[in-house]
Amino acid sequence: MSLKEKLVSSFMAFEDTVDVHSSIHDIRTEAIKTFEAEGFPTKKLEDWKYTSLNTVLKQDYSVFPKHENDIEFKDVKKYFIHEIDAYKIIFIDGKYASNLSQTTHDGLDVCLMSSALTKPKYKVIIDNYFNKIASKDGLSSLNTAFSHEGAYINIPKNKVVDKPIQIIHFSTGNESAVLLQPRNLIVVNENAHVQIIERHQSLTDNPVLTNSVTEIFTNKRAIVDYYKIQNDKQSASLIDNTYVNQKQESLAKVHTFSFGGKLTRNNLNFYQNGERIDSTMKGITIIGDKQHVDHNTLVHHIEPNCESHQDYKGIFDDSATGVFNGKVVVEKEAQKTNAFQANNNILMSDKASINTKPQLEIFADDVKCSHGCTIGQLDESAMFYLRSRGIPEKEARALLMFAFSNNVMDSVKIPELKNRITKIIAKKLGVNLGFDL
Amino acid sequence: MLKINNLHASIEDKAILKGINLEVKAGEVHAIMGPNGSGKSTLASVIAGKEEYEVTEGSILLEGEDIEELAAEERAHKGVFLSFQYPVEIPGVSVTNFMKTAINETRKAKGLEDMPAKDMLKMIREKSELLEIDRKFLSRSLNEGFSGGEKKRNEIFQMAMLEPKLAILDETDSGLDIDALRIVANGVNKLKSKDNAVIVITHYQRLLDHIVPDFVHVLYNGKIVKSGGKELAHELEAKGYDWIKEEVNA
Repeated sequence: MSLKEKLVSSFMAFEDTVDVHSSIHDIRTEAIKTFEAEGFPTKKLEDWKYTSLNTVLKQDYSVFPKHENDIEFKDVKKYFIHEIDAYKIIFIDGKYASNLSQTTHDGLDVCLMSSALTKPKYKVIIDNYFNKIASKDGLSSLNTAFSHEGAYINIPKNKVVDKPIQIIHFSTGNESAVLLQPRNLIVVNENAHVQIIERHQSLTDNPVLTNSVTEIFTNKRAIVDYYKIQNDKQSASLIDNTYVNQKQESLAKVHTFSFGGKLTRNNLNFYQNGERIDSTMKGITIIGDKQHVDHNTLVHHIEPNCESHQDYKGIFDDSATGVFNGKVVVEKEAQKTNAFQANNNILMSDKASINTKPQLEIFADDVKCSHGCTIGQLDESAMFYLRSRGIPEKEARALLMFAFSNNVMDSVKIPELKNRITKIIAKKLGVNLGFDL
Repeated sequence: MLKINNLHASIEDKAILKGINLEVKAGEVHAIMGPNGSGKSTLASVIAGKEEYEVTEGSILLEGEDIEELAAEERAHKGVFLSFQYPVEIPGVSVTNFMKTAINETRKAKGLEDMPAKDMLKMIREKSELLEIDRKFLSRSLNEGFSGGEKKRNEIFQMAMLEPKLAILDETDSGLDIDALRIVANGVNKLKSKDNAVIVITHYQRLLDHIVPDFVHVLYNGKIVKSGGKELAHELEAKGYDWIKEEVNA
């Protein structure tokens, strides 16, 4: 039985087990129909031309992990940004881990999707926001059909959240292969401000496929700073579908750090529903072996006087492959749009490759849109400069890679997080530079 | 200190250096002058170990040891320093952190422990004063947004920190105003000792008013075609290079 067949046939059994608002039942039923019709994307689709899910889908995934698994904090501490106080929403094999978490209902909601989907007090929010911006494609529909658990965050008007929120999904590998489908809903109300750090981490080499959907709503003048750390094991694959719906004068930034995993696909979509909105997406990808990272971004400029900034850096070694597909749509009404897109890549080996494709669809006439992509090698004269100062080849190369990705690092607003990312990069490059960048 | 014998070097099969002979002893300052494209910067790069150049013949001896097979960093560890004509910008890495890495990597290569932070700071303070460098400058990203003069001053600051045996200054005077030139030259003069040597590569005699050479060599078409004392630099300044070319081509 193919994974698709398995999922479709297990849907009914799943639906019976979860007690949710009746409107959600309808959404799920609709979604499984869509998935049944669409299936998993294939390379025949333009947006999936350079990323094949074939090998990833061949595994016999367990769709509902059977065991309740426990992890001790000391064993996974290193995956937390533990130097800072934070709210924590932690999952183990798709199930909420209360002993590792720190949620709250005190002045803001940092809790669970399963609560939000079932408790009457959240019904209005769910009715207003749930599945309102997630795409109706096969993968997101699959997630919607099985949506049950994940992070639910609701920040009330004028609330500046005093500490970051960490969302971590652990997989224990206690089942031979597991499919996880976290569903997150984040609502940031007028003038509120929040920082979120998200990570998916498997703890063994058993295969994991995560098909995650996150819907983020930033209301008027809200600020969201979202960081994704993708540094998973070689056996783990991630399809991240993130949708950001912005209202006027809001500011949403998503940073994606892709350093590991077998296959990573980021579908990151911004919809600007208001004036003077700023959407920023930045990323650093450093991969090797046969790893594959695909950034598929969309910014939909719908109203006038808005901005979008995209800056993705990629470093590819060995037989690693990368894709950057950045789409910017500027509607006729969206005059005075400023849209910038940059994708710079360094290929460290003859076998590494990157496919980069900017797509600009501009229907307004008074706009500033720019895009640029580069693919090159490390600058030999810069290497010589560093080495002539006594810095060995490996360290010199690392310094240049840091320099190359510096402007993305610079906009990380949590110093401890920045420090951690620097250390992950240094470890990946096998260097100890003796100072924190 | 440095002995170059019949050095031939090429890049992409194009011969640039065509038989250089040069001996530089400890305590000496040598100036290498010559028209554009004569091979001056190539000579500097080949001594410092730039891999794009292939040495096809001859040898480079540093204190009697053939360094031709050594990587650039290994030559640096042995005391070779090149002040670049065009220093490279490294965003995100401060001057201070860069120097720490360079010094500690050199110490590591010699089997020494990292320099204690306190000593490092003291050294940075002393050497930056020598080159009249503002402390704020040291926390800026290496060469990023530096003016031409700041870049060159920073090169000599690095030289002061690394205390090389053999320093090669490649067109350090280009892009410098008279004040910066004075500061740079003053720095170099203070670093000079009987135990180290300096090779100054320049187009013009102006830097040599400040860093006075013991010997002046004229490089033309990949060879040293004339050598003399410091008065040769004045003669070149007054007469240009055409008479040299005529002499060689005659």
